[in-house]
Amino acid sequence: MTKDINNISKKEFLEKLESYRNGSITRRHFLNVTGLGAATAVLGGTVPGLRPTPAFAGDIGDRVVLATWPNYHDVANFDAFTETTGAHVQVNVFGSNEEMLAKLQAGATGWDVYVPTNYTFEDYVKEDLIEPLDVSRLPNYDAAAFEPRYAEAGSVNGTLYGVPKNWGSTGMAINTKHNDGKAISSWKEFFDITMDKFSGRTVVHDYQLTTIGSALNYHGYSFNSVNPGELADAEKLLIAVKPHLFAITSDYQPPMRNGDAWLTICWSGDGKQLNSDIPEIHYALGSDGGEIWSDYYAIPKSSERKDAAYALINFMLDPNVNVKEVLTHGYPTADSRTYDMLPADLKNDPIIFPAQDLLSPLEFGAAVTLTDPNRAELMARFKSA
Amino acid sequence: MTQRTRNWLLLAPAGAWFMVMLIIPLTVVFIFSFGERAPSGGVVLAFTFEQYGNLPARWAAFKNTMTLAPIGTLSALLIAYPLAYFLAVKANPKWKTILLVLVIVPFWTSILIRSYAWIFLLGGRGIPALLDVIGIEGVRLINTPFAVLVGIIYGYLPLMVFPIYVSLDKLDKRLLEASSDLGAKSWKTFLQITLPLSIPGIATGCMLVFILLMGEYLIPAMLGGGKVFFVGNALVDLFLQSRNWAYGSAVAVTLVVVMLITVTIYMRLIYRLGASREDVSIM
Repeated sequence: MTKDINNISKKEFLEKLESYRNGSITRRHFLNVTGLGAATAVLGGTVPGLRPTPAFAGDIGDRVVLATWPNYHDVANFDAFTETTGAHVQVNVFGSNEEMLAKLQAGATGWDVYVPTNYTFEDYVKEDLIEPLDVSRLPNYDAAAFEPRYAEAGSVNGTLYGVPKNWGSTGMAINTKHNDGKAISSWKEFFDITMDKFSGRTVVHDYQLTTIGSALNYHGYSFNSVNPGELADAEKLLIAVKPHLFAITSDYQPPMRNGDAWLTICWSGDGKQLNSDIPEIHYALGSDGGEIWSDYYAIPKSSERKDAAYALINFMLDPNVNVKEVLTHGYPTADSRTYDMLPADLKNDPIIFPAQDLLSPLEFGAAVTLTDPNRAELMARFKSA
Repeated sequence: MTQRTRNWLLLAPAGAWFMVMLIIPLTVVFIFSFGERAPSGGVVLAFTFEQYGNLPARWAAFKNTMTLAPIGTLSALLIAYPLAYFLAVKANPKWKTILLVLVIVPFWTSILIRSYAWIFLLGGRGIPALLDVIGIEGVRLINTPFAVLVGIIYGYLPLMVFPIYVSLDKLDKRLLEASSDLGAKSWKTFLQITLPLSIPGIATGCMLVFILLMGEYLIPAMLGGGKVFFVGNALVDLFLQSRNWAYGSAVAVTLVVVMLITVTIYMRLIYRLGASREDVSIM
């Protein structure tokens, strides 16, 4: 995110955004300092669909609330959406699917669009928290354009609940400067080096699926295991590792960038963003396992601005918009229309589109991990240990 | 309308508020704490002590809270007292208002933003980098109990300064003159007159800070990096990550009980030191 908008950091951007919302700086000043003005002007000129259409403007209300993950969008796209529709995109950032589910279970969230991961759909449908999608309201959605592997989890029992946003992998990012220029490529190495010369420099996610999953991979078990004996082994490892951790957080880019952290469990897009800005940070997949996943745009049943929700999803599905998203977040797209528009060096980028044999040890998250009480309690125990 | 009805009517809004915002939620939490986790998260009502049986699994969170809250309160007191003393007794009256405003100014910014500033200051490119320049290498501050303590003291200092300032400001200065006329050294005057008369302020300040610290969530979350865990953080996790409302409720009820016991003991101690019930103005 930092690169495309005049090197403004995420934090700075949010602060500016906040003060803009509070009215303490002018819109012009805001657009200048964030570079969004220029970006929007360019975008508006190049993408025909972005010209404001009066029939559309004002119809969908003045805002739409998006619940999403850190470093996951090109903010210029949101501004373009606002220009087109008059609806302001309010972004809420979360650290785990569990947290999103908890918020939705607890009642009104105010969200209109959210981005659940493949393994959560069964439960959202079972709990009646997710809205079936009406494809006629998503003209930019072309089911045939998506690779089925990264699109199929969005449908449950033949009903469509989510359209693919992008897919990605969960691996590790290491600052090779501190390891004689060498990267690592297994969870065994990851936890061993953490308890050795990287002590106090490693970040694990505040997310049961990936943190427990990696510890399971260390022992050679499945990333998705709910076997109590295997979970006990994973817990033992995590408790032993905890004193050596720098932090337990899903927002690991800031400490990786400022040098406080040297190693982290990492989503591939973050790996791409870090590697682009700081080349000595390498992203690698675990040869002993890890996660492959696909995120989707979906609408919570409780949304009170469904028109705006459909409009935003449809806008984001536009390949002209989506290609800018990919350029910013660095995650692979499952949409062949968007893929065709990517520059050749990105199509061949080993972080964004890893070789097939590197992907084969990875597993998609299993639905059972989302609700398994033992995994949930293990994670909470590890954090409060 | 009789005086009696009028009294009841005037009390009704506060009474309703008390009922809706305190009694009912606490009752709900109490009932939940005997329940069980629903299969996909939440709570199923039941009558089991299982959740209370699981409490030892959160021992570390209670231990952290029960050590860092008193240490934080005491450190804030040690820093706040000289400051309050200076403001109330020594400061030039012309500057007093300005100095007092300076103590309040940080409150005008959200604690979230101020904690972000501390993340930078305590992070590798902040204070440790400065120490590195003068030859002290390898200092780690961020995501340690020390960082949390710094955040706590910083965040709660004004709450400690003001009650002490008020009690020192009210102090009858003639008593100090009398003491010195009768030949007492200044430290003796301080110990025998100033300090005892400021006990109400100290008691109120400590109480305010301590109670808020027991429920603290934000500062450990931001400056502790998910490693320095308070009961408040454990609660957030139980409700938002593992979605075990029953267990979360049991932990919450336990926290309330622990707090009540600690505060009762504290009040006893304070009375023994000579303060009267009216002195501790928040009770």
